[in-house]
Amino acid sequence: MIRKMFATAGAMGASLAVSAAAFAQEAAGPIKAPTPEQMVGMVDKGDTAWMLVCSALVLMMSVPALALFYGGLVRTKNMLSVLMQVFMIVSVAALVWVGWGYSLAFTGGGPFIGGLSKAFLIGVDGTTFAATFTNNVYLPEFAFVVFQMTFACITPALIVGAFAERIKFVPLMMFVIAWLTVVYFPIAHMVWYWAGPDFLPDAPDDYGLLWGMGALDFAGGTVVHINAGVAGLVGCLLVGKRVGFGKEATPPHSMTMTMIGASLLWVGWFGFNAGSNLEANAVTAVAFVNTFVATAAAAVSWAVVEQIHHKRPSLLGAATGAVAGLVAITPASGFAAPMTAIALGLVVSPICYLFVSTIKNRLRYDDTLDVFGVHGVGGIVGAIATGIVADPALGGQGFFDYTVFPASVGEYDMAGQVLTQLKAVLLTVAWSGIGSAVLFAALKVTVGLRPSEEAEREGLDLASHGERAYNY
Amino acid sequence: MKFVVAVIKPFKLDEVREALGALGVAGMTVTEVKGFGRQKGQTEIYRGAEYSTQMLPKVKLEIAASDELAPRIVETIQHTASTEAIGDGKVFVLDLIAATRIRTGETGDTAL
Repeated sequence: MIRKMFATAGAMGASLAVSAAAFAQEAAGPIKAPTPEQMVGMVDKGDTAWMLVCSALVLMMSVPALALFYGGLVRTKNMLSVLMQVFMIVSVAALVWVGWGYSLAFTGGGPFIGGLSKAFLIGVDGTTFAATFTNNVYLPEFAFVVFQMTFACITPALIVGAFAERIKFVPLMMFVIAWLTVVYFPIAHMVWYWAGPDFLPDAPDDYGLLWGMGALDFAGGTVVHINAGVAGLVGCLLVGKRVGFGKEATPPHSMTMTMIGASLLWVGWFGFNAGSNLEANAVTAVAFVNTFVATAAAAVSWAVVEQIHHKRPSLLGAATGAVAGLVAITPASGFAAPMTAIALGLVVSPICYLFVSTIKNRLRYDDTLDVFGVHGVGGIVGAIATGIVADPALGGQGFFDYTVFPASVGEYDMAGQVLTQLKAVLLTVAWSGIGSAVLFAALKVTVGLRPSEEAEREGLDLASHGERAYNY
Repeated sequence: MKFVVAVIKPFKLDEVREALGALGVAGMTVTEVKGFGRQKGQTEIYRGAEYSTQMLPKVKLEIAASDELAPRIVETIQHTASTEAIGDGKVFVLDLIAATRIRTGETGDTAL
């Protein structure tokens, strides 16, 4: 989750007197609407160090984890193209983020999107701060910018799996820039933007639409996974099936690479989920443990399903189960308890398994690397389940009422929360589905999305990049 | 001169090579190949996508031999490479018209 709250440093001398007076008055409790000078004293080195490490972990989730996870699943002639697409999407997304992404997602403006007051990071520097979920605890704003940047980098990279082996490189980059702008930044704003715990009570409408509705999404089940999953589904339908789909064999060329990728995804995901607490404290540890056990349960669950269905558990199944578990626990990571996290992991694998094998085969759509089946479906399951597992009656963490100062524990109503979660899911599906469809269609009729059949047969490595992943 | 081509199961290669060495066969060319006969492959399943592999990995040996040695080579390969199971392979003999040792330029039987 995110929030933005920062202030620019004014004249230190004059403010010191003000701060001293303020401290003298509020010595008993937290300070409401702190000034920038007061925020300086509210930054903890442990929190800052943790958030920077998490940012590195989440970058690793994109490169090399996702790149290898996806790359191992395609044929050798397309391996390099997958590596290149992920690598360049990360690079392009990072630039777009510091250009206008951070500003659109995390400044006030309206319920759907922010403004451009911080475009190109104007006004963001070493003396500005971002709020956390705790009154009077702040992060250096750059730490928040860079952490969120890694999310903006990985989300579009997830999408490419849906139409792997048959997409043109430059149109893909164009899609990513446009998609981030009209789909990702608005959804990130709607789900995660708010005025912060020290400022919201005085600005009670300063939040994104879904945040204001009370939707709970700890680390991005909607913003990242449902978003990318739906965009992937729409993309694979508009791009069309691979040449030879259903007739030619296309087994993964390297399960070794896929396993390395899945393992690095798991490790990196601790940064993704636990880091989303924005502090290094007990809730962070809860999110960390949940991320571990939900994933383990989901891997076991998928292996059991395969044992029953095919008499042999596969490594691809175990790795896919683990990723499905990671996706499902993402929105619930800081809200669930370990036992309910395990239950979520056990439940999500059979559901995703159904989508990637039975439903996909029956409906005959070529979601090559199961972006919708794993990220879309897993994200939907996790987002709705968050409403259940967050209930303190089930050992969950509950939620905080930030309309009061200081924040206090809210009254949990599971039925109401699940309904809110459902609304958030539906809105995300609709926004991503429609936005992605418009963008894919526009590119399809202008610059074209698919390479020629000849290029697709030769392999994208040579056709698009003039290189081979393997020279032997 | 004769050219002996044999397709055998990969794990039999070392045994066959040793047995042929004892016969006096000085060299051979070995290639990793895929093929099928009566032995069927397995079904591989990747996330619900089933692939039945017709092709099985085998090893192909190519040996140039004199007319006298060729029949004994065939017999040796057949005895050593057999596991008495389907998929053991086959041995073929072709007529070899000419052979030349590249280093010295020798031709005929002395080139083998």
